[in-house]
Amino acid sequence: MYQYDQHDQAMVDARVAEFRGQVARRLSGELTEDQFKPLRLKNGLYLQLHAYMLRVAVPYGTLNSAQMRVLGDIADKYDRGYGHFTTRQNIQYNWIKLADAPDILADLAKVQLHAIQTSGNCIRNTTADHFAGAAADEVADPRPYAELLRQWSTFHPEFDYLPRKFKVAIIASETDRAAMRLHDIGIQIVKNEAGEIGCKFFAGGGMGRTPMIAPCIAEFVPALQMISFLEAALRVYNRHGRRDNKYKARIKILVHEIGVAEYSRQVQEEFAHILTLGLEPPPAELERIKGMFADPGLESGLSDDLDRSDPDFALWVDQNVHTHKQAGYAIVTISLKPVGGIPGDATAYQIRLMADLARDYSLDELRVSHAQNIVLPHVKKADLYRVWQALDAAGLATPNLDLITDIIACPGLDYCALANARSLPLAQKITDRFADIGRQRELGELKLKISGCINACGHHHAGHIGILGVDRKGVENYQLLLGGAESADTSLGTITGPGFSEDGVVDAIEKVTDVYLARREGAERFLDTYRRIGMAPFKEAIYG
Amino acid sequence: MVETVLRYRTDEPVGDPAVTVDAFAAQSNATAVRIEPGDDALALLPHLERIALIEVNFPSFADGRGYSAARSLRERGYTGELRAVGDVLIDQLSHMRRCGFDSFAPDKPISAEAAEAAFATWPEVYQQTVDGRAPIWAARHPAAKA
Ligand code: HEM
Ligand code: SF4
Repeated sequence: MYQYDQHDQAMVDARVAEFRGQVARRLSGELTEDQFKPLRLKNGLYLQLHAYMLRVAVPYGTLNSAQMRVLGDIADKYDRGYGHFTTRQNIQYNWIKLADAPDILADLAKVQLHAIQTSGNCIRNTTADHFAGAAADEVADPRPYAELLRQWSTFHPEFDYLPRKFKVAIIASETDRAAMRLHDIGIQIVKNEAGEIGCKFFAGGGMGRTPMIAPCIAEFVPALQMISFLEAALRVYNRHGRRDNKYKARIKILVHEIGVAEYSRQVQEEFAHILTLGLEPPPAELERIKGMFADPGLESGLSDDLDRSDPDFALWVDQNVHTHKQAGYAIVTISLKPVGGIPGDATAYQIRLMADLARDYSLDELRVSHAQNIVLPHVKKADLYRVWQALDAAGLATPNLDLITDIIACPGLDYCALANARSLPLAQKITDRFADIGRQRELGELKLKISGCINACGHHHAGHIGILGVDRKGVENYQLLLGGAESADTSLGTITGPGFSEDGVVDAIEKVTDVYLARREGAERFLDTYRRIGMAPFKEAIYG
Repeated sequence: MVETVLRYRTDEPVGDPAVTVDAFAAQSNATAVRIEPGDDALALLPHLERIALIEVNFPSFADGRGYSAARSLRERGYTGELRAVGDVLIDQLSHMRRCGFDSFAPDKPISAEAAEAAFATWPEVYQQTVDGRAPIWAARHPAAKA
């Protein structure tokens, strides 16, 4: 894993000192809330419905156990004993006091964490495949590239006042586990015919009120020109992205309005100019970073044997454990989606327990997935049973990965000032209705995603089943969408028709799943059946 | 109105008022020009020889087009004065300097001491831009880059 040197540390420490001064000026009344707002937002501090919320960056979703432990300690010390892992692979604390915020940032800085650029119209924290470095199908570990990008984007002087926020995701395999094409820029690390590593660039994806899937803008940019290409892509956007209307300010609108061909042409022109400036970090820098990710300490020659005699354990293995690139190891996903729970929430105790397990059984590494779960990427198969027992004792062994109760949900009206409807109680009701694990497994892979308003923080456009909270004459109402997907076969969901009450939408989901069970052929997933038979039969069942 | 200009150059300030890009194109003897966020800064490239001052207007601090305009001009060889004017606040000074601005005429005056403190916000920088500061990667790999 990446370790800061004195340079990285100095940058983060400088930010803590600066913010401490700004908070002091706010508390003394020297700064008004209006003046303070843009400053606190640069440090991930939002004012929500009831309190301040602090969003901490987890760069490319990777944590070590010391970092995870501090995340648990902060939940205890400064919040109400829990934290919320988000679809952006970050963690948010919902009950923060302004006066504590500088101390929290200082605690974070001690373990090389920060809240830099977790909000504002700048380049946000880069997300990445949560199986990076462990997946069997990757052409390279994408994280060294993500780290290069983190450094380049940190306090970038030209791109701090973009038309709108800017999110980059990076993957390195054909299977997209990071919803890469739903980002402002998506990068897929690829190998060309000559065996060289490069970047395939996508631009103009996003959700919100105008969801779009990013088209490819460059098939192959040599890896050692990635930063120069990004400079060009961002500069064209900064110059020409719309600033007259906040809802049309994302890069997706620019790419859509001028067309992919024209946007790409302008980027290529600027790229050619930027290449002459020699501002790309030297190969030695990428090598330095790669060196820190290269070998987490995997042993070779381990056995793949597994004792599956405990049926509950076997069930969990089947659902939540993935193949590792190294024989004898497995990738464990810890579900933060217990029946009746709040998706993505973990208590301080659970966070520290996961930290301990990472230290003892996962070569000190954890990941946050964009599906709001935690990954232990390098667990020996021989240790799986022990890990499972420890998780089970802490309520962390729900065997529901990618099943209907593995719900993504935004904070909604319980916290968020922009919300139209509550997301969390609805998620809880759905998990109650589908609590039976046998029934869930019968339904198979089914990604259900809930947003409390059109901003789509809960990725509802990309859910096999999506739910969007709307305000209907002052009453919370829920629209249902079917057929979205976020993987290699990214697609956007379609609204079924008129919306529902909270209970009504749970009933509607049940009817939708009944149609699937009745109509599926062979090993079809819900999504496959939907794509084959279309919306009509579902609509008929729901409204007929 | 008296303007307070923070200036980090040793040459003589230009006396002429800055004209709009359109007026500049029509006036072959103008030496100072002001660009607005929507203007194409690169349209000035053929005339860089005769320009001594380019003002970049920031009607709102949140409109960041001027950063790209400034850096693009510097990258393409402009060495005259580059002045940020308008809603220029203390918290933006350091980034502006990194993008090539060497004078500032904020709507609300900023003291020279406050400006110095702002320029010193970050002890080091990660990117190579046009301000001559060596990025962190250069310090890490002294041999890789002259
Ligand atoms: C106080 C709470 C929040 C506020 C005020 C907020 C605000 C917004 C807004 C305004 C947008 C739409 C941006 C656009 O379309 O241009 C958005 C999108 C998004 N937000 Fe949030 N958000 C909040 C919480 C969250 C949380 C908790 C997550 C992660 C779980 C999240 C992740 C996202 C994602 C993934 C998108 C859509 C992707 C995209 O950028 O197009 N947000 N948010
Ligand atoms: S989708 Fe809407 S309600 Fe949910 S967190 Fe985002 S802005 Fe708030």
